[in-house]
Amino acid sequence: MKKLISVFLLLALLLSALPASAEGVVNVYNWEDYIDPAVITLFEQETGIKVNYMCFTTVEDMIVQVEANPGAFDVCFPSDYIIERMIRNDMLAEINFDNIPGAAQTIDYLRTPDYDPEEKFSVPYMWGTVGVLYNKELIGEPAKSWATLWDKQYQNNVIMLDSFRDSMGATLKSLGYSMNTHEIPAIMAAKNKLIEQKKSGVVKAYQVDETKDKMVAGEAALALMWSGDAMYAIDLNENLDYFVPEEGSNVWVDCAVIPKTAKNKENAEKFIDFLCRPEIAVMNVEYICYSTPNKGAIDLLGEDYTGNHVQNPDTAVLEKCEFLHDIEEKFLSIYEAMWMEVKNTK
Amino acid sequence: MRANLSLPWWAWAAMGAGLVVFAVMIGLTVKRNRGVHRSLFASPYTLWMIVFTVIPVILIGYYAFTNASGAFTLDNFKNFWDSNYESNKVILDVMGEEGAAYITRGTVNVDTLVYSLWMAFKCTVICLLLGYPAALFMADRNMKLGATLVVLFIIPMWMNFLLRTIAWMSLLEDSGLINTFLKWLGFEGVQLMYNSEAVLLGMVYNFLPFMVFPIYTVLSKMDFRLTEAAADLGCNSLQTLVKVTLPLSLPGVISGITMVFMPSVTTFFIPRVLGGGNTMMFGDLIESKFLTEGNWNVGSALSLIMMLLILLSLSILRKVDPNGEGGGIA
Repeated sequence: MKKLISVFLLLALLLSALPASAEGVVNVYNWEDYIDPAVITLFEQETGIKVNYMCFTTVEDMIVQVEANPGAFDVCFPSDYIIERMIRNDMLAEINFDNIPGAAQTIDYLRTPDYDPEEKFSVPYMWGTVGVLYNKELIGEPAKSWATLWDKQYQNNVIMLDSFRDSMGATLKSLGYSMNTHEIPAIMAAKNKLIEQKKSGVVKAYQVDETKDKMVAGEAALALMWSGDAMYAIDLNENLDYFVPEEGSNVWVDCAVIPKTAKNKENAEKFIDFLCRPEIAVMNVEYICYSTPNKGAIDLLGEDYTGNHVQNPDTAVLEKCEFLHDIEEKFLSIYEAMWMEVKNTK
Repeated sequence: MRANLSLPWWAWAAMGAGLVVFAVMIGLTVKRNRGVHRSLFASPYTLWMIVFTVIPVILIGYYAFTNASGAFTLDNFKNFWDSNYESNKVILDVMGEEGAAYITRGTVNVDTLVYSLWMAFKCTVICLLLGYPAALFMADRNMKLGATLVVLFIIPMWMNFLLRTIAWMSLLEDSGLINTFLKWLGFEGVQLMYNSEAVLLGMVYNFLPFMVFPIYTVLSKMDFRLTEAAADLGCNSLQTLVKVTLPLSLPGVISGITMVFMPSVTTFFIPRVLGGGNTMMFGDLIESKFLTEGNWNVGSALSLIMMLLILLSLSILRKVDPNGEGGGIA
């Protein structure tokens, strides 16, 4: 009898550890710190669907995990060029947009994007730009151009991003090339320009995560930065401001997608639709500080959002911006080698 | 990420076979001794070592000699010598003869290795110069402060080295404590960070205990009657130090040098935090190959070269300290 009870208990334990029933869960895989936790609670309360929420820190990591654990994730949040790669590798399921009426709220600028031209696989979640964060108190109003980052009057005052797609991309843009160029002379010119920048003594440091705190502390006057991080820094130090250079820059989008191997596709669609509700999108924008693709949310936020040039950049600027594309591996090796040459410059 | 996580069947088979051999050897030991022999007590650690040291080293070897599709190649080592090896091939492939203008030998990997060795050398010398007198002082039985000093050396080691390094950042920053203090006194601020000197400072700070403790251990075990005898026989204190104490403490010095030099060469993270990412050390380079570029093959080749260099320096040191008196680390 004792044996029977223990077997029964063991079974009960095993069953409870398994995901409840197929309609009861949705497995969400998002960037670290990239949702208002209250949104998850609200979704669970309203639908009764349990959210298994998991996080990643780099998209490269995410793609490896999705490949290695088929069926483990129902909703993921990759960036534009990763979506392009996932579509090419046949990793994404076509979304049934009848279940996501909220997707119609997407702003026109992000409709039919070039990473998903037929809008079959992705629903935009957050977006932003790459630009320059600067300290008004230290340097006043600089020229709104990439050339500012090369200007010798800002000696030892510029923090560059230790990330080759961003730093090389900004340099390519400043030279009038595409950030996604496969032209070898262009890549070489960008390398030389970055080496020149380092040798001239303008660069103080090459960093990623530390940059925003350093800018808040007034450690440097200028930094190459993502708009969301810039917004975070500006909230903490009112002397900071941000611009997207007039030559154009990079616009990036993180979207909700459903992997082909997803087990709870309908729940995934319900979850994505929930995120598209204007009130919910507002909660997330206020929590994360990036830009929202949701028209309804923009209306709700009103002047606070539309008047904010960091979150809501000028259309004239946006027209000159471009998405990052997945660079072919062989060209990527040139980018990587040249970035290493820059880093190795003394 | 270009990492090739899938291993060929024979690699898995070899790992499995290793574990089977391990199990069989345990079985044989039990059988031969008709019961538990004390050598069995080492088996948990042996298993640990097989899984977390031997197999990873074999994997590094495997990745270093293969390409992304798993075929044998020496390209990864050519890549060490010429960091533009891959990209030059692409350039010639795409542009043909026109591309020749863009072909240069990339010296990144070699430069970084030389720079790391030079930094490690400087770090070791400074640690020795600072550490030897400190150890001498701590081991001196006439000094009441000695024991306190030992504790003071140990306390910082209770904290993780990453945290201690980040703490240095908030001291050295332009807007950090030291500069705030200088400005408060009315002086100009000085830039203490974002250069190799700050990196060197971070390394010396982190590795100094590894120099002090081996020397201290040897010195505190030394027979102090020998120095008294030397004094009785007419040596002044300098002569005693040079002719008696120094030779007797040599094993500790050797051990200290090894324990400082090896982690110094492979330093990473400190250049990023205190050097502001302006200079790379070999550890940073290997990290970026694995994590940023996802190129495990070149990363493994670089690691292998690193390991060979360390083995080489160990074998040289072993000649100087054949009995392993300095704790047998060398």
